[in-house]
Amino acid sequence: MNALLPVPPGPAIEPPLALLAELTHRCPLQCPYCANPLEMERAANELDTAAWLRVLDEAAALGVLQVHFSGGEPTARKDLLELVRRAAAGGLYSNLITSGVTLDPAALAALAEAGLDHVQLSFQDADATQADRIGGYRRGHTRKLEVARQIRDAGLPLTANFVVHRQNLERLPEMLALGEEIGASRIEIAHVQYYGWALVNRAALMPSRAQLERANEAVAEARERLRGRITIDYVVPDYYAARPKACMGGWARRIINITPAGLALPCHAAETLPGFQWPSVRAASLGAIWQDDPGFNRYRGTSWMPEPCRSCDQREVDWGGCRCQALAMTGDAGATDPACALSPHHFMMADAVADADTVAEGPAPALVYRRIRTAALVR
Amino acid sequence: MTEGMTGEGAAVPAFNRGFRLRHDPVRQAWVVLAPERLFLLDEPAVEVLKLVDGARTVPDIVDSLAVKFDAPRETIAADVAAMLQDLVVKGAIRL
Repeated sequence: MNALLPVPPGPAIEPPLALLAELTHRCPLQCPYCANPLEMERAANELDTAAWLRVLDEAAALGVLQVHFSGGEPTARKDLLELVRRAAAGGLYSNLITSGVTLDPAALAALAEAGLDHVQLSFQDADATQADRIGGYRRGHTRKLEVARQIRDAGLPLTANFVVHRQNLERLPEMLALGEEIGASRIEIAHVQYYGWALVNRAALMPSRAQLERANEAVAEARERLRGRITIDYVVPDYYAARPKACMGGWARRIINITPAGLALPCHAAETLPGFQWPSVRAASLGAIWQDDPGFNRYRGTSWMPEPCRSCDQREVDWGGCRCQALAMTGDAGATDPACALSPHHFMMADAVADADTVAEGPAPALVYRRIRTAALVR
Repeated sequence: MTEGMTGEGAAVPAFNRGFRLRHDPVRQAWVVLAPERLFLLDEPAVEVLKLVDGARTVPDIVDSLAVKFDAPRETIAADVAAMLQDLVVKGAIRL
């Protein structure tokens, strides 16, 4: 009968802190753990410059403080400079999340002059051969090392991002040293999160528990050594955790994501969830979407939660974990994230971990690379 | 550690590149925006950071706050030193 009671007015919805602007899915790299959806958007469907400029203005007015220009490779957009300039005009802190291979000193000087605040440069490994194999881009690693120097020469602060997995985790100490060597003020070590392309390649990418423990030690040691000089952010794989991560800081709580085609999502993987009609910024304002869209409100807060989340004292810490992971593993996006030890599905995580420990001895399965052409094959 | 912050050659705190103080009119709050994070500030931190401009020395900042809040200089100096040191560790400012 509770369903028939009028819903009391909840607390006002806090505005988002950050806009993740996925400008394009085009990218010269082909990383097999890419966070982009399996069905990627082609250039012809991308939002035009005027629409992105309006989105940036609306974001600033709504209360967004930071914009992350991402992709794909955001520098593939000819209008990136104009978008950075507009973000700066609105007081937004702008971050460029890039593979770097398309950048050069002139482009970086222009971006800095336009008001870009920060660059996150991705690396696939500390070893050039292995890095180029994972990225699927010849001489990419060497190019990135040059670009890292050019970023620093342009006066821009640099984060070195390393996505780690079974095939490169042994070289984590070298990655940390590389971050230090290129003058990064922040190093991000992110274990692959298993959705989309990464889930397709999970057996080839998931580390063993022994590998993970060595990695944790390497990070702890580097944090101590680099304290006060370099910030190290470390995203642990939640397959090995007892509690889920607060995915996106909670559904529709802090971040709004816009896809290349202009769909607004509470998370970059939300398009994998069935039964949603995601709103387009072509048809509605960011404020209206954030406040009123049924998809954004579907898993916002705690009232949607099943047990064991509903009565859990961690419900406003982890916000029930990740909806996309719940769907991918349990078939129900509204279930407790199986990363939680209290989830009735947690055994699925444990099974995957056990498999990873078993296969860690043998050769890794072949990788499925992120290509628009192979996207059709893996469905 | 306040010793080195007084008199000749006093430290001049400045924001590191990539960190900036901003007022957020929507939330009516001051925040420090940083690489892929932000710091929410309490009132005393806001008062100190508004004076961090890469020109004022730590003693200048302490003097300003002692006058503004009519508080003992020693108390203010200790608070400012602790706060700045915390922000140095976080990478937000340099001394």
